This record gives sequence, C-alpha cells and structure tokens, in this order.
Amino acid sequence: MGLTGLEIYKHLPKTNCKECGAPTCLAFAMALASGKASLDACPYVSEEAKAALDSAAAPPIKLVKLGAGEHQLELGDETELFRHDKRFFHPTGVAVLISDTEDAAAKASAFDELEFDRVGLHYVTDVVAVKCDSGDGAKFKAAVEAVAAKTAKAMILLCEDPALLEGALNAVADRKPLLYAATADNYEKMVELAKAKGCPLAVRGKNLDELAELVEKIVALGYKELVLDSGARDTSKVLADLTQIRRLAVRKRFRPFGYPTIAFATKEDPLEEVVQAGVYLSKYASIVVLKAAKKEQLLPLLTWRQNLFTDPQKPIAVEPKLYAVGEVNENSPVYCTTNFSLTYFIVEGEVENSRIPSYILSVDTGGISVLTAYADNKFTGEIIAKAMKDADLDSKVKHRKIVIPGYVAVLKGALEEASGWEVMVGPREASGIPKFAKENFA
Amino acid sequence: MAVEILKEKYRSKVGEVVLGATKEQGGTRSHTITVGGESALPFLHFEGAIPNRPVIALEIYDMVPEDWHPCLEKYYGDVYADPAAWAKKCVDEYGADLVQVRLRSADPDVKDSSPEDCAATVKKVLEAVGVPLIVIGCGKAEKDNLIYPVVAEAAAGENLLLGVAELENYKAITSACMAHQHNIIAQSPIDINICKQLNILIAEMSTAMAGRIVIDPTIAALGYGIEYTYSIMERARIGALQGDKMLAMPMIGNIGHEVWRTKEANTSTEEAPGWGEQEERAILWEATTAMAYLQAGMDILVMRHPRAAALIRKNIDELMQDNSY
Repeated sequence: MGLTGLEIYKHLPKTNCKECGAPTCLAFAMALASGKASLDACPYVSEEAKAALDSAAAPPIKLVKLGAGEHQLELGDETELFRHDKRFFHPTGVAVLISDTEDAAAKASAFDELEFDRVGLHYVTDVVAVKCDSGDGAKFKAAVEAVAAKTAKAMILLCEDPALLEGALNAVADRKPLLYAATADNYEKMVELAKAKGCPLAVRGKNLDELAELVEKIVALGYKELVLDSGARDTSKVLADLTQIRRLAVRKRFRPFGYPTIAFATKEDPLEEVVQAGVYLSKYASIVVLKAAKKEQLLPLLTWRQNLFTDPQKPIAVEPKLYAVGEVNENSPVYCTTNFSLTYFIVEGEVENSRIPSYILSVDTGGISVLTAYADNKFTGEIIAKAMKDADLDSKVKHRKIVIPGYVAVLKGALEEASGWEVMVGPREASGIPKFAKENFA
Repeated sequence: MAVEILKEKYRSKVGEVVLGATKEQGGTRSHTITVGGESALPFLHFEGAIPNRPVIALEIYDMVPEDWHPCLEKYYGDVYADPAAWAKKCVDEYGADLVQVRLRSADPDVKDSSPEDCAATVKKVLEAVGVPLIVIGCGKAEKDNLIYPVVAEAAAGENLLLGVAELENYKAITSACMAHQHNIIAQSPIDINICKQLNILIAEMSTAMAGRIVIDPTIAALGYGIEYTYSIMERARIGALQGDKMLAMPMIGNIGHEVWRTKEANTSTEEAPGWGEQEERAILWEATTAMAYLQAGMDILVMRHPRAAALIRKNIDELMQDNSY
C-alpha cells in the first residue's frame, strides 16, 4: 500500500531475467505497485527485500483482534487523522473496569446489560476489564472466572505479574483476552504467555521513547499482536501521546507505533470520567477503559462513538416504509418525510412528543434530507404517492389526509393530484409537530 | 530510543476577539475576555500556542422559559422571572465566564416585547454582572432587525457579542455592531463555504468588523448530527491555521439550547428505563456534546445545566495543561 514502482524497483534483483513474465524488473515493479502482480512471481527476490516490501506494503496501523467468536473486536487498521479525510474504521472498544476486590460477578452481570437502543441502532459496551488489585492469584482467577461466567463479551486481564496472570488466563484463554501489560520489567515472560495462548498483548512504556523501544524488543521476539499505552494518565498528556502515536504511524510509517492504542480514564467522579474517556475516544484511542458503569453514563459515550465512526460520505438512511408511532388505529394521522435517518428520527421524536399515535411514511430519497431531496427531484408528488401506495396506506387508515413537511408546501397540489388524498402542510421544523398535532388532531 | 515528535508547522493562526470593555475602555465590565488566538489544533500545546482558554457562557432568557425541563428549576427556578438576578446567579454561583441573554420574549408569537424593552433588559443584566455579555435575538429575522440597533445603542461601549448574522440577513446587525462597536456572531448552516461567504460579506461592509467576527457553525446535539458540525469545525480550523483568513475566527456554539431539545435529555427515567436516570443522562448529554466540540476547536461554549458546565470547566482546566515534549 502506498509504495511507488520506483521504490519497489530498488528492492528487486534488477537482472531483467523475464522469468516473472514481465519484460524488465522495472515493468514488474510497476505491475506490483498497481497491484497487478505478486512478488511471489520473482524467483530471485531476496528474503530481506521481501521483508522490506512486505512491511512497507502493510497498513500503517496493524489490525489486532480482541476476543473470540461473535463478540470479537477488531482494533486499529486506521488510515486517517481526521474523519473528513475519509473515515474512521474500527470503533473504539469501550471497556468497563472491574476490580477483583469487589463483587465481580454482580458487576459483570450489570455490565452485560449495558446495551442500548436509540434511533433504531443498538449500542453495546463491548469489553470488560478485570484488574488484579488483590495481589492474590487465587482471588484474581476467581474474579476472572466469575466475570467470564456472566458475560460473553471480550475481556482484558490487568495483571503485571506473569505468574498471577497465567493462572487466571488459563481459565479463559479460549476467550483470547487482551493481556495488560508488558513493561520493561516483565515483557519477556508476558510475550511468552501471549504467544502460548495466542492473545493480544498490551505494551506500556513510561513515555513514548520507552514505548517505542519496548515494542521493538517485543517484535524482535517475534510477537506483533500488540496494543500500545504510552503510560501517560493526565488528560492533556494522553491526548498529546495518542495524537503522536497516530500521526507517526499514519504519516511517517513509524513501525513501532503501527498498532492500536489503549487509554485509561482515571477520574474518581464517574461523570468526569465519562468526559475524560470522551476525549480519548475522540482522539484516536482504540480501547478506552473506565470505571463508570451506569446506563446514563455510558449511553452518551457510546452515542458519541457511533456518531464519530459513521462514514461521512454516506448519508445514514432508515428503511423507507410506513412506521407506526404508538398504538395506531384507522383514525391515526399520517405524516410523511424522507428516509434520511436524522430527519426521520427527529420527526419520530416529535410525533412521539405529540402523544397522538400516528403513522410516519418514510419515503425513499436515497437517505437525503427534505430540501435536498426536493431540489434533486427525489421527493415529488408522484414519488410520495407511490410510496403511499406501496405502503398500502388506503387500507391502514379510513381518512384520506396526509401531512407533508412545511418546507415542501409547494408539493401540495401535485401530491393531491397524484394520490387523491387531502394534503395538509405541516410545520417547517419538526419541533413544531406537537403544536401542529394538538391543533389538528387532538 | 528517541522518538522524533511530529509537529505541524502552520502558516497562520486564529484571530483574537476581545469581548467586553472595562471602565477605562469605555464600558462597565469588571474585566474583558479574549477568545481565539490558537496557532495549533485544540490543546496540542506541543506544536503551537493556545493563548486563551475556551470559555463557558451560561444562557438566560429575558422571560420565564416555558419549556425548560423541570430538573433545571432547582438551579434557576427562583430567578427565572428576573434576568438580572438570573445572570448574577450564573456568574456568582455557577462560575460562568460569560452570560448569554436570549431575547426570547421579543418573538412576535411569544410576547412580542418591544426593542426598548429588550434594551432595558440588557441594561439591567449589564448592571447586575461584571462579565462580558452575549446577546442574541429571538430568531425571527424581521423582529430581530428592529432590536439590534436599539440594543446596540443602549449597550454602546460595552463591546457585546451580538447575534446572529446570517447570509440572508446580516446587514442590519452588522450596521448596528459597526455603529456601536460590538462583536458579531456569524452563523452558517453547517457549511464551510457559506461560513466564508458570510464572513467576506461582513468584512466588505467594514474591514474593522472582520476582526470582530465569531463563527457559529450551527451546532447539532450529540446523536443528532453532531458529527457533521464536528467535521466542519475541524476543517474550518485547519483552514484557519493554513492561512485562510476568512475562517480564522473563534467559534461559538449554543450547546445547551440544542441538547435540551433532545429526547435523551428530556425523557424521564420511568419512560426510558433502558437509558438510565434522566438528570444525570441529560448532564452528560450536554457535557459530552461540549467535550466533542472542544476537541473540534470551539472557543465559546454556551451551556445550560450548571453541573454540565462545571464538568466542562474541569475538562478545560486539564486540557490547558502544557503537553510539550
């Protein structure tokens, strides 16, 4: 990825032997650069050249998998510093911390319920981190087992004594937990353990310099399933370090930083902790660990994650169909709007606020908003009439009245003609719906 | 192994805007507040200067708000009817750096208060607090255009931040600000080109006003399109640092106003048990929205819940700590 033909050419034998099928080594290099040939076709390429080309072609940040089975999480493999340049790909894992000195089973049960539904999306707190605070191997193992019994989600085991960690890890090795953490003092044993069980390994330095050094030592031992921690814990410093790790990996291809990252919120007050975790989530952490575990505390954070990781080039759409809000019947009002999800959910929220059970017809505009769709001829009288027919509105309600958004009042005539229904012009902004409903349908 | 820290070299920086004026400067404020001036992306002290910390304004109405969530009553209920006392409470008890007065009562569909009434309210608030003021209209352009000159004149010398100018309606407010030397909020609908265009139009009316603009990119609440504004703000700020003068202004956002319209802030615990306790959820909805916009470069955060504001003040304290290598 990203290498030019000339850069590749430097590593080739330059003998023009033609055995690869290309007329010259340079032609072969060009074919490689455009992805039309594979390096295997060259019988004479040296091992060093192969390694150099492989690593140069590798993505700037390695994809590391955490956990196993349906709750496996993919971390890293990001290519951007700003979402507007393309997009962010792998949503930050949000991890709740449980200490082995508290009632781990109870906390894990509560953790497992941290799932949310809003605006038609399902949000999940995806990782549980169990920390050895007791210094007691048996206690840590018991806590890890208790947590594993209560939730199937991905796990992080926090214990820097490889001997204690091994006991607990043996109980949950098949869950492929992240082992936290290899440090300058324990890294050889930690690598051994991670390798033996095939688990990702977190690496913590005292600062960026030590972290880079440690990563190189671990890579030299033959292990690359790594997650980075610069060791900083002050909000401002963590922000700087996470920014440097991402920048150096993406912009400079600095290999020691080409891995996902982990950050820890440290505030005692859970609300402050959520805000702190939000900073790390915004700026590049692949996993953020926090103690806050209440629904009202995690919903805002998970919502921000969902928003941040959407694809900026793709409008988010809801399924175009007839939605029922509340206990509808044959007399319920009918509103129509587009299937741009933001528009739809704001309308839905306000229709709900009106406390009058109603239908909302979400018309397929390719996921764009009312005015844009109107300008683009994707929200016309004919198109709405067809959507009404497809949704079989005639048989759903006895009346023949439909409300259109105020911004497209001009469609009234065309829609009345195309559908034969009476068209009511609703408010311009969704916030006017409750008042409109009260005046017309109460 | 010494890691070679990667520092961006920007050509330019965000302009500074001074809000308020002290007695010596012709006003009555106890102090002024300077916003903007950044020569790096938010809080990246290691590669540039963040000379002025982002500030928090608490928002008040010029009347008892009809639709504020009941959970806010314990903080403001006793002062809702008195804008001066309300402003004072925001500053004295809740530590607001600034107060924003929204002239809600002027709305022809609400109370249709006269421009003179609005000016009297602003005067009273100015007397009650020493912090610089932000004043914004009722949101109905025709009426607001009648209010701007009267309020601007009544508060002459105070160096207000007055809003809002829009592409379709910027002349009356720009004239009022020019005549009485106030700063102006230029609001564009989540669109970087309109943002620039509006700034150019204001600057064409008066070059002096170019240095008095604060950009309102039109913000959305968490969960309601926040990512659109977030990316527009990141792009605008990068543009400013790369030398685009028409984007090099501080940014403001009406966070409280947007957040407290959402379902997540308002739905009771009983109605949505899956979402947890209402007030704390609302506080974090507001704080998380503000946190994200701080990371995108917002300089003035207009907030509502005192506890959300306190959380963000702490976050700013921490983020303003030097992180140079």
